[in-house]
Amino acid sequence: MAAIDESVEDLVARIPDGALIAIPPDYAGVSMAATRALVRRGTRGLGLLAVPTSGLQADLLIGAGLITRLEAAAITLGEYGQAPCFTRALRQGRFAMRDSTCPAIHAGLQAAEKGVPFMPLRGLIGTDVLAHRPDWATIGSPFDPADPIVVVPALRPDVALFHAALADRSGNVWIGRRRELATMAHAAATSLVTVESLDAGDLLDDPVMAAGTLPALYVGAVAVAPKGAWPLGFEDAYGMDHDHLADYVRLSATEEGFARYLDAHVLGARAA
Amino acid sequence: MADPRLLVATLARLLEGCRTVAVGALSPIPGAAALLARELAGGALHVTVLGSRKTNDFTDGGRELFDRAGQGRIDAFFLGGGEIDGQGNVNLVGTGGDYPAHDVRFPGTFGAAFMGFAVPRVILFREDHSRRVLVPRVAFISVPGTSPPGVWRRGGTVALVTGRCVFAFDRAKARFALASVHPGETRASVRANTGFDYDEPNELPETPPPTDAMKTLLDGPVARVIAETYPRFAAAVLGTGASNRRVN
Repeated sequence: MAAIDESVEDLVARIPDGALIAIPPDYAGVSMAATRALVRRGTRGLGLLAVPTSGLQADLLIGAGLITRLEAAAITLGEYGQAPCFTRALRQGRFAMRDSTCPAIHAGLQAAEKGVPFMPLRGLIGTDVLAHRPDWATIGSPFDPADPIVVVPALRPDVALFHAALADRSGNVWIGRRRELATMAHAAATSLVTVESLDAGDLLDDPVMAAGTLPALYVGAVAVAPKGAWPLGFEDAYGMDHDHLADYVRLSATEEGFARYLDAHVLGARAA
Repeated sequence: MADPRLLVATLARLLEGCRTVAVGALSPIPGAAALLARELAGGALHVTVLGSRKTNDFTDGGRELFDRAGQGRIDAFFLGGGEIDGQGNVNLVGTGGDYPAHDVRFPGTFGAAFMGFAVPRVILFREDHSRRVLVPRVAFISVPGTSPPGVWRRGGTVALVTGRCVFAFDRAKARFALASVHPGETRASVRANTGFDYDEPNELPETPPPTDAMKTLLDGPVARVIAETYPRFAAAVLGTGASNRRVN
């Protein structure tokens, strides 16, 4: 039974040290409210799985020292350029990096959705992405041994953490067109979700809404966090806070500057 | 810096005959090129622009682009590259020092390690044509230029378009050949700024500028549609005639 309407602090308290957390890309429903709460709590030794890329969220968590391993197809702040904390920490060897490619992350999650140990994927042969992935293998197709194909293991995150528009009192979460959130949630042991607001009805009653709804079965807890994706944008509700992003990039160019950012926008902001 | 409208027109010409093209994130020039090619084809080109709401018909999440490509439903795709070498290998990960602690880190491979195999017509586009980008050997292969026989590959790189020229890629030889130089560039200027060896034809054409019909389309329907995703690009490059203003 999903816990509904708990605080964002209580929501992130469900994430133990060492957990593997799956997160969506910056444009697809990132819970920055939960991310800041996680930094305040100081959870340690986390693994991060970007589905399949990340930006500000990964950079903030890495800069704050919460992450010991990261799997991603790319980390970038988009038009704001390279992710400064990620780049710095990678050069210093402060976390273990697993470079992937977008469809390999989707395929690994699909394997977990189906409860099978691996998924085959075309491409990759002859790349250094494959060369640096001892956990992947190249096999002959069981139906044509002369046809080599890469297999990637199932990705089973402990937690899928994301932000959505709506949840109802049963813990059903409306994700709309963002089907990658459903894939993440199906593959993860549980999902922790912040939402813009709670719906008074039952999201599964209306077939139009039900088609875009993640059933409560997959959801561990829901916290209401209006503007919970800020300073990132969220669907049609609000755009990215460009001034804030520009400030983040400027400050995070140095570790001292990043510490000042944390003090100003994360550690001091208990209510955010 | 090359006229971005020339680059848009050049990329659009490379899409001739395609039925479907997908454009990745943060790619205003390829995005505009795909939309121009759609107009030139009278609408008979299916375009998806990642990051767009309207020019984007995916309803099955992030996987759908790759599933479509895997099935052969995507004819053409654009790839950038932190480094590109003379064998057509593309590096999107980093350079200098040893992986993963490269001195210079790029964002990452994104879908390239798959799309480069699954899409028959891959067009490499990197405006910065310098020896820093066009290197003898990439430090990390995100996607190889060619694959040995027996490795499944539907196609791969057909061309490399830069701010100075167009290279055609010969997959059998794993080698680029200069196809045209943009106005203001010469054989010598391209050679001086390219870190890898390549072939040169006896007759070297200049990259043709956009036709009047292309210009009309760029300033009209292309500008209107691309503005949804890249408003600053549309304002600076299309529709206003301010073709050489720098945009992000």
